[in-house]
Amino acid sequence: MSEKVLMKGNEALAEAAIIAGCRHYFGYPITPQTEVAAYMAKRMPKIGGTFLQAESEIAAINMVYGAASTGHRAMTSSSSPGISLKCEGISYLAGADLPALIINVQRGGPGLGGIQPGQSDYFLATRGPGHGDFHVLVFAPSGVQEMADLTLKAFDLAEKYRMPSMILADGTMGQMMEPVVLPEPQESHNDLSWAVTGTNMEREHNIVNSLYLQPQDLEDMNNQRFARYAEIEKKEAMWEEFMMEDAEICVVSYGITARIARNAINEARKQGIKVGMIRPITLWPFPKAPLAAAADKVKHFVCVELNMGQMKEDVELAISCKKPVDLCYRVGGMIPSPTEVLEAIKKAM
Amino acid sequence: MAVVFEKPHALTDAVLHYCPGCPHGIVHRLVAEAIDELGIEGKTIGIAPVGCSVMAYDYFRCDMVEAAHGRAPAVATGIKRCMPDNVVFTYQGDGDLASIGLCETVSTACRGENITIIFINNAIYGMTGGQMAPTSLLGQVTQTSPYGRDPKTQGYPIKICELLSTLDAPAYLERVTVTDVKNVKNAKRAIKKAFQNQIEGKGFSLVEVLSACPTNWGMTPTDALQWVTDKMVPVYPLGCFRDKE
Amino acid sequence: MAKVTFNEELCKGCGLCVAACPKQILALSKVRLNQKGHSPVEMTNQEACIGCAFCATMCPDCVIRVER
Repeated sequence: MSEKVLMKGNEALAEAAIIAGCRHYFGYPITPQTEVAAYMAKRMPKIGGTFLQAESEIAAINMVYGAASTGHRAMTSSSSPGISLKCEGISYLAGADLPALIINVQRGGPGLGGIQPGQSDYFLATRGPGHGDFHVLVFAPSGVQEMADLTLKAFDLAEKYRMPSMILADGTMGQMMEPVVLPEPQESHNDLSWAVTGTNMEREHNIVNSLYLQPQDLEDMNNQRFARYAEIEKKEAMWEEFMMEDAEICVVSYGITARIARNAINEARKQGIKVGMIRPITLWPFPKAPLAAAADKVKHFVCVELNMGQMKEDVELAISCKKPVDLCYRVGGMIPSPTEVLEAIKKAM
Repeated sequence: MAVVFEKPHALTDAVLHYCPGCPHGIVHRLVAEAIDELGIEGKTIGIAPVGCSVMAYDYFRCDMVEAAHGRAPAVATGIKRCMPDNVVFTYQGDGDLASIGLCETVSTACRGENITIIFINNAIYGMTGGQMAPTSLLGQVTQTSPYGRDPKTQGYPIKICELLSTLDAPAYLERVTVTDVKNVKNAKRAIKKAFQNQIEGKGFSLVEVLSACPTNWGMTPTDALQWVTDKMVPVYPLGCFRDKE
Repeated sequence: MAKVTFNEELCKGCGLCVAACPKQILALSKVRLNQKGHSPVEMTNQEACIGCAFCATMCPDCVIRVER
């Protein structure tokens, strides 16, 4: 077991990626994720890895595409406007069934938006960031320890299911410092026989491709991919339940807002309010089952997020609109205080 | 009797989908011959573009990756950084390399990535049916320049070898054509050299091949090759623009 | 003594080989079509062939095999 060390979220994530075996980082500067790039720039040359500052976000994600097609663990990191640019490459990664890790340390938007924390890329991440029918695995860390742990998980599942993973963090998560126990490296036994490594004149050529000119072939590929997605939805959803045993109100929140909500819930409990929280850790697959189960027990849901209610739609879908769902939100880099969340909880009573 | 000419091993048996007389087939063969002669098929990884040669991944027997439009040099960079001992090449057309992917092209050249780029310049977007390319000639009539390319509103043809030769890093830049046997043999020499450079670790090598598009130019294949000689070569002079020791 | 063989089904009748032949002994068939509907190239005078492989050099479709 490693010792506890004090680390910034962005740095814990970067070190965890190295522990996960990632030796190829391609990125482009953008606030507030720049520490990831800076950390990689220092570390990679010392461990025989690649740090490359690309000419654009688009180039960076396509370098990841190239690296991923050789079966190597590769990653890029960016923040919201940069992720828009990466969407092309993410779609191609999904279409070619390539594993890779994309970090989105979100800021407020749309457009250039601001540089303060946001969660406005929830739809972008969970609906498949790019053109076409696809998903990426989406992880929403709510602390520095999870920034590290979920990075390992994201790499492993990406490789297992041959699809991109995204860590959907936010400016706060990236900048905050907390004690963290760095995870142990895990052995990977995923099949990489599809990778382009040179035929060595010993096998037929491998082709990494997302083009299917025969419509039937393309439909078949989409069906195969969605069969995999169905399996993932069944097996890989992650969430945390907090004080849900007797809860009458269920807060749903992830990332930084889940931490604020936790404070508000503690305060509400002191005041005798039976409130708990379901915190999605994966946003895709979305933890529908615990929410559906909660819908039979609680009277009201309250979503807390840094956007205009994007996750709220998933909550309503998960509970088939059986109970009312309120929204407590701030946007544009504004963050709700525990008092604001507490008021939203009281309003739901 | 000895065989003096046959299909190279590095080409698969797939039937090329190109139009009759399209020089893509000639250049594919030259690339495959270079791969054969250098004995590198087993360690070569090729990157196909978006454009007419999108399905190059079916035609080369080495491992292949299909890239997004214009992104082949970035994809090649990712691959080469992971597999420095493999031979990595991209095969790209003018829309792909000189328009949508110009940023990737210039930046990859500027980094001096140790890769090989085969650039087909036929002054038109072929796959989408004959639109104006960044390399279309002044006055050239295309679907999207129906009155001829007008420099006042549509700018001038972009000269990739000249542009890249302003950079310090590239090891080798040469423009060739495939209009006749002599030029095909010269193109073969240049393409082979561009691969040899990579094996020797010399860095970024790009061969621009002036090519034809009989279908979208509305000419017979032989007339189209004559048009390359008469119209394109004066704008895009053949020759070596960079050859670092 | 030279021998040229054509993989006729690959021929698209583009005529680049015909134009390249220094002996002018190649021609596109005026009477036959291949499976794809192209008029394939034909050798009109095998005796005169010098095996220079100019035809094969210009062929975009690897139709031609040359022995000498």
